[in-house]
Amino acid sequence: MALSKAQQAVPLLSVSKLTKLFGSFAACNGIDLDIAPGEIHALLGENGAGKSTLVKMLFGVLQPSEGQISFEGRPVTITSPGDARHLGIGMVFQHFSLFEALTVAENIALSLDPKIPLAKIAQEAASLSKAYGLPLDPNAHVADLSVGERQRIEIVRALLQNPKLIILDEPTSVLTPQEADRLFETLFKLRAEGRSVLYISHRLEEVRRICDGATVLRHGKVTGACDPKQETPASLARMMVGAEVAEIHREAGATLGDLRLEVSNLTVPAKTPFAVTLKNVGMKVRTGEILAIAGVAGNGQGELFDALSGEYTVPQDDAIRIRGKSVGRTGINGRRLLGAGFVPEERHGHAAVSGMALSDNLLLARSRSDRKAFLSGGLFSLIRKGAVSSATKRICDVMDVRKSGDDPLAGSLSGGNLQKFIVGRELDRQPSVLIVNQPTWGVDAGAASRIRQALIDLAKAGSAVVVISQDLDEIFEVATNIAVISEGKLSEPHPAGELSLERIGLMMGGIHESHSVPEAASAH
Amino acid sequence: MRIELEKRGRVSTLFSIVSPLLALVLTLVFGALMFWMLGKAPLGALYSFFVEPLLDVWSIHELAVKAGPLILIAVGLSICYRSNNWNIGAEGQFTIGAITGSILPVLYPAWHSPVILPLMLLLGIAGGALYAGIPALLKARFNTNEILTSLMLVYVAQLFLDWLVRGPWKDPQGHNFPQTTSFQPEAVLPPLLDSGRAHWGFVFAIIAAVALWFMMRFMLKGFEVSVLGQSERAGRFAGFSARRMIWFSLLVSGGLAGLAGISEVSGSIGHLQPSISPGYGFTAIIVAFLGRLNPLGIIASGLVLALTYLGGEAAQLSIGISDKASRVFQGLLLFFVLSCDTLIHYRIRLVLGSANSPAAKSAVSPSNQTAEVTR
Repeated sequence: MALSKAQQAVPLLSVSKLTKLFGSFAACNGIDLDIAPGEIHALLGENGAGKSTLVKMLFGVLQPSEGQISFEGRPVTITSPGDARHLGIGMVFQHFSLFEALTVAENIALSLDPKIPLAKIAQEAASLSKAYGLPLDPNAHVADLSVGERQRIEIVRALLQNPKLIILDEPTSVLTPQEADRLFETLFKLRAEGRSVLYISHRLEEVRRICDGATVLRHGKVTGACDPKQETPASLARMMVGAEVAEIHREAGATLGDLRLEVSNLTVPAKTPFAVTLKNVGMKVRTGEILAIAGVAGNGQGELFDALSGEYTVPQDDAIRIRGKSVGRTGINGRRLLGAGFVPEERHGHAAVSGMALSDNLLLARSRSDRKAFLSGGLFSLIRKGAVSSATKRICDVMDVRKSGDDPLAGSLSGGNLQKFIVGRELDRQPSVLIVNQPTWGVDAGAASRIRQALIDLAKAGSAVVVISQDLDEIFEVATNIAVISEGKLSEPHPAGELSLERIGLMMGGIHESHSVPEAASAH
Repeated sequence: MRIELEKRGRVSTLFSIVSPLLALVLTLVFGALMFWMLGKAPLGALYSFFVEPLLDVWSIHELAVKAGPLILIAVGLSICYRSNNWNIGAEGQFTIGAITGSILPVLYPAWHSPVILPLMLLLGIAGGALYAGIPALLKARFNTNEILTSLMLVYVAQLFLDWLVRGPWKDPQGHNFPQTTSFQPEAVLPPLLDSGRAHWGFVFAIIAAVALWFMMRFMLKGFEVSVLGQSERAGRFAGFSARRMIWFSLLVSGGLAGLAGISEVSGSIGHLQPSISPGYGFTAIIVAFLGRLNPLGIIASGLVLALTYLGGEAAQLSIGISDKASRVFQGLLLFFVLSCDTLIHYRIRLVLGSANSPAAKSAVSPSNQTAEVTR
C-alpha cells in the first residue's frame, strides 16, 4: 500500500475534544491528539489517567460521549473494532487474546474473513513475519510459544489487515531486553513505510528512545504534548504524575539477619499441560533481604508463588521452611499464622474479589491470621464489621488509596489503587516474610514507586521479602540479591550490584551458568 | 436512537428492592394480555387467579402448605447457587427425604411414642443430605458436572419411590392401591392452628430462612460462600476450600429438601404414594432466583409462587382456564425477574441521535479498505 504525499500535511488521526463519561465521572475529558503519517507517537499516563479509555474509543470498543475523531482528514464514527479495522486501525492488546491449543495460522484466521483458505493465511503470515523481522512459524501451536512470540502473532495479525495506524498497548512489558530491541526494529520498519504507531508505555527510557512525539494524560486530561527526545525521564514522569516521582531510598550494604525463608529441592510437577514444572528450586532469604526473582512470564513464576504461598501444598514438608518450621504440607493460612504475607500477581479474582467491597477484600486475606481482631462469637465466627472497616480505612490512608465512597467495590478501583490496597493489606500486619508476585504489573509510576518503597522499608524493618518480577528496572531498584527463574529452574542468587542488565537478560533467555556467573559478571 | 446500558459503580440498593416488584407488575400486565387473548375478561381473571385465593381462611392455610416446602428447598438452593454449585436435583432429595423419614411409621406402625416424629424429621434430613452427597462426591472427587448428576438422580429417586409403594411398602390392607399404610397419629406433623391444614413445615421453613440469612449476613461461613461463588481462586487465596464448599452447600440444601419432603408427607399427605410433589423441587429454583438468592427474599417469593399454584387451581374451577396457566405465570415471572435484575448493575440511558451521526455512514459503509484486507 502507498500513502499519497498529499496526505502528509493532514494528520492521519486527529482527535479533538474527545470526552467519555461513565455516569458523572469523566474518564477522558476533552482530549486533543494528532498523529502524523509515519510517526511513532507515545501515549503516556498513570493507570486511571484515561489511556485505556481513549484507546478503546479509537478502536471502537467504547463510544465517545462528546468530541470528534477524524481519520485521514475525514470525521468518522467508529462503532466496533470491525469499523476500526476497515478504516485501517490495528491494535495489539497488552493481554493477548489467543487460543493456546490452536496453531498460529488458525489464530490469525479467526480474526479474518472466514472464506480465506488457511494455507493462504499461513503463507501470508510467514512472508509478512519475514519482511518485518518477526520470525514466526505459522504451524506452531501457541501453547509452545514464548510470550514474545505470542506478541508477534498479534502484531502479524494486525499487519495482515494492512493498517495505517497500529496501536500497541504496553508491548514491552512482557519482553526480555533483547526481544524488545527486536520489536523496536520492526516499529522502525513500519515507520519507514509511512505507517503510524500509537505506542502506550510506562517505560520512559523506551519512549525517549523510539518515539517522535508524545501525549501525556493525567486524570483524563492532556497535561503535555512534547518531543520525548527533548525531555528527560524525570521531566516526562513529572508530566505524568504531576509532581516529582518519589526517589526510591535504599541504603547500601544492609546487614542481613536470621534465616526466615528456606526453600530446598522444591520440585513440583506441572498441574496442567500448559503449566511449568518446578525443578529443584532452592533459596534462602534472611531478615533485611529482598530477594528478587527475575524472569520472563510463563517460566514458573506462578507455580513458584503457588508453592510458596501454600495455595497448593507440596508433599515434601521440609522443602519449604518459614522461620525454621517445615510448612510444605501447611496451607496458606497456616503459613500466615507463622507471620508470612502473600501478594499474588492477578488482582481481580485472585488477590481480590472484584464484586466485593474493599472491607470484604481485607477479610479475604486476613480472616484467619487476624481472627481475634476481626471475628467474634466463638464457633459462629461472626464478622466484626466495625473492626474490619476501620482497618480498611487505616490501610487506605497509609497507602493513599484513591477511591470513590467509603467502601467501594474492589473492581471500581483503578489497577494502581487496588494494588496499593492489596500490598497495604499485607504490610498492615508487618509480616516477617512477604512474598510478592509482580508487585507493580500494570501499575502507574506513582503507585509503583510507593509500593517499591514500602517493600524496601519492610525489609529494613526486619522482614524477609521475595519479589517475583518481570520488570528489570524494578528489580534493580529494590533487590538485595537477584536470582533468575527460567523453565522452572531457579539460578543461584547474586548480589544486585554484581549483575548487569545484559547478563540477566541472557539468563532469562534460558542460558544457565549459575556457578560461573560471578566470574563472568566481574569480567564486565 | 439507541439504548445504552451503563455499568453502575455500585450495586443499586433502590433497584435491588424495586426490580422484583417491577417484574411482578410486568408479569401481571402480560398475564392480563394472555387472558384477554384467551377471550376472558383480563381483570376478572387476574382477580380470580391472584386475589380470590387470599380471601378465605382455608386457602390462606393452603398457601402456607404450598409455600413451606418451596421456601425450605429454595433457601438451601440459595446457598448452593451463591457458592457456584448448581444443585438442580432438589426434587430427588425431597423424595428420598420423604422415603427415609417414613421408614419408622411404615416399618413400625404400632410404635406410639412422642420421639417418633423428631426421629422421622432427622431421618428425612439425613436421607436428603446423603442423596445430595452423591453429586457432591462425584463433583469433589471426579469433577463431574453436578447439574447433570443431580438432575438425573431425581428420576432415580422417583422410580425408587414408585417401586417401594407398589412393592415392599404397599399397604396390605390398601385394596391394592399403590400407597403405604396411613401414619400413626404420633407420626403426623401437627397443624399449626385448628382453622386449617397449615402444619409445622411452614415454621421450619421460616426458621431455616432466618438462620441461613443470619449465616450469610453475619458469619464467616456466609462470607466463604460468597467468596467461593465469585472466584474460586480468590477463595483458595483466603484459605477456603472449594471442595469442602461443594460438600457443605450440597449437604445443607439436600438436608433441607429432605426435611421438606418428610414434612410434606407427614404433615399434608399422611402416607407415601407414587406422587408426593407437584414439582416443588423445580419450582424452588424459580423461588430462589425471584428471592434474589437472599433467604428473606425467598420467604416472599415462596409465597408468591405458592399463590400461582393456588390461583391455577382456582382459575380452573371459576373461569375454566387450564391449570397450565400457573406454569405460564411461573415462566413469565422468572423471565421478568432475570431481565429486571439488569437494572441493579446497569443504568439505562436513551441516547437520542448521535452528535456525529452523519459521519457514521463513512465508517460503516464498506470502504475501499475491505478489498485490501488480505493484500
